[in-house]
Amino acid sequence: MELNEEFKTELEEYTDAETEVISAEDTETPLDKNVRLLSPTRMVLRRFFRSKLSVVGLIMLASLFLFCWAGPLFYTRWSKTDSDRSGAIEYSIEEVKDENGEILFIQVLATNTGVNMLAKPSADHLLGTDEQGMDIFTRLMYGGRLSLSISFLAVFLTASLGIILGGIAGYYGGLVDNIIMRICDVLMCLPTLPLMLIIGTVLDSNGVSQDYYIYLLMGLLSLFSWTGMARLVRGQILYLREQEYMVAAEAMGYSTARRIFKHLIPNILPQILVSMTMSLGSMILYESTLSYLGLGVRVPFPSWGTMIEIISKRTDILQNHFNVWGPSGICIIIAVLGFNFIGDGLRDALDPKQRR
Amino acid sequence: MVKYILKRLGVSILILLGVSLILYTLLRCMPTDFVEQKILALTTGGAEVQKEMEEKLYAAYGLNGTILEGYWTWLTNIMRLEFGTSFINGREVLSELFSADRLGTSFIVAAIATVFEFLIAIPLGITAATHQYSLRDYLVTVLVLIGISLPSFFFGQILKNIFAIKLDWFPVSGLKDAGVTYATAGEAMLDYLHHMCLPVFTVVILSIGGRMRMTRTNMLEVLNSDYIRTARAKGLKEHKVIYKHAFRNTMIPLVTGLAGLIPSLFSGAMITESVFDLPGIGSYALKAMTQGDIPVIMTYNMFLATLSVLGVLMADLMYGIVDPRVKLS
Repeated sequence: MELNEEFKTELEEYTDAETEVISAEDTETPLDKNVRLLSPTRMVLRRFFRSKLSVVGLIMLASLFLFCWAGPLFYTRWSKTDSDRSGAIEYSIEEVKDENGEILFIQVLATNTGVNMLAKPSADHLLGTDEQGMDIFTRLMYGGRLSLSISFLAVFLTASLGIILGGIAGYYGGLVDNIIMRICDVLMCLPTLPLMLIIGTVLDSNGVSQDYYIYLLMGLLSLFSWTGMARLVRGQILYLREQEYMVAAEAMGYSTARRIFKHLIPNILPQILVSMTMSLGSMILYESTLSYLGLGVRVPFPSWGTMIEIISKRTDILQNHFNVWGPSGICIIIAVLGFNFIGDGLRDALDPKQRR
Repeated sequence: MVKYILKRLGVSILILLGVSLILYTLLRCMPTDFVEQKILALTTGGAEVQKEMEEKLYAAYGLNGTILEGYWTWLTNIMRLEFGTSFINGREVLSELFSADRLGTSFIVAAIATVFEFLIAIPLGITAATHQYSLRDYLVTVLVLIGISLPSFFFGQILKNIFAIKLDWFPVSGLKDAGVTYATAGEAMLDYLHHMCLPVFTVVILSIGGRMRMTRTNMLEVLNSDYIRTARAKGLKEHKVIYKHAFRNTMIPLVTGLAGLIPSLFSGAMITESVFDLPGIGSYALKAMTQGDIPVIMTYNMFLATLSVLGVLMADLMYGIVDPRVKLS
């Protein structure tokens, strides 16, 4: 009985997620009846939530999403491209002197600048206004919508292309495989950031409308960046194809579709998920870098990168108005970090060799 | 071995041809009047001179034919090592892009950053792996993940704002203060390095994460292998197990990774260089790319592609040398 007890604690500590002790107090029933096997999904979830980092990542992203999508519903004071025209009144005081240096009178000039620009954070503008008098807090939310949805779109497109092409290459092999892999080799040698800059310039010079410019840009980008995913999927399929259970599935006479969707895909899915989560973060970085360089989303449309762009042109804002460019930078970091935490946690949770 | 290398080099040339065709096609998607405008804005002189100059440029880059014709013109020019002249300032692309100043600046920044990256990332990766799931592991992981997640322009600007503008510890931009003459070469060197501190720091912080994660993963894999268990079972000291038996085997991917670094050593950190106004190859290319300077863009990107092809080849060769289990064929 003691041994049973000891074994149970060890089970809890070691074999971890594969089994679950139904009731620790019940020492009467034999052990094999007292433990329940967990399904792989539950196992993964359990490992995932055990890691504090992945939970932190989830919370970070959930709050960002809530902020960006629900925020504008409640905070409707300003819209995303509205300039605050209430105006700030600037005073300048000048002493007017005569030839002898005696003060004749003191001139006080009051100018209404019309646009309330670069305002400090206040009740009116929670994070102040930017150089065009637009409310930063509001733009932060709308910018987040754009930045986040664009990166999701780009990753989704890239992953689908990669999975389809990599799957075809791996499953059918031969000539098709050869052609796809050679295309991969070529595309992998194209440097990403320069490529995006070139595509940006090309779109720009062709006068693409601002409304869908960034979507087109990211869409075109995914035409060039599916190679990593394709290689991953192909490699996995080549490996899995040789496994006994695939041979068995073939021997059972299952259809190709069933073999692919029921037996292959579920086994590659973990790696695909991890790689997609990680690339969500890098897509946000790419988008913001492009916008920072003036080739992504353009003013007055907000995106996190666009809101930082101004400091490359005006050092006074860089030095004195952190509230203009800081918050969006922090948002970018939170988003990317969140995706990285989750990706990291997922990778650990999905790794069957992991013992925790 | 020689045969393998030759074969790989042959494949590399084919790859580079493919890359250049894609790049050229993309660039030709710019409408011609856009290019024309760029040229016109730069050429001075009367309308006749402009017309003449424009035609010359057009012929030189094959801009007046179809894309394939133009590509052929470009290719034959490259074969004769004629890389053309910049649209923006009319100077030779080759000497402009690869001048000792430009390439040298980028190389020195990247080289110093790489040394620091390895010096910091490898010990961090090892401690994180040997203390897996401890507080130390979490702390290191969180810190380096924050490093990866920083947008380079944001981080660079913050550093510039704090350490160069507010605290005035480092120069704000450039490689050299205007109008300064140096008494000795050593003094000049020191000043250059002083200017490079912030860019190097930016690059190091951004790149430590990847290297550290890689070291940690490899180390964990090695630590779980049978020969480490044997070493421990023999009663070896933990120190010896880790540094003599485990670390040597983690070196394999690190050394091959070294060969993969070749592109990043020469390509220049575009964003960081432009944030700190360093006159490196990256910031120059960045400017060219936003301005649509076709000859410079083509040359720079082909340079990058060549480097990355070479990098992959070198990494594979290194693998064969370092890891006796790998046979090249």
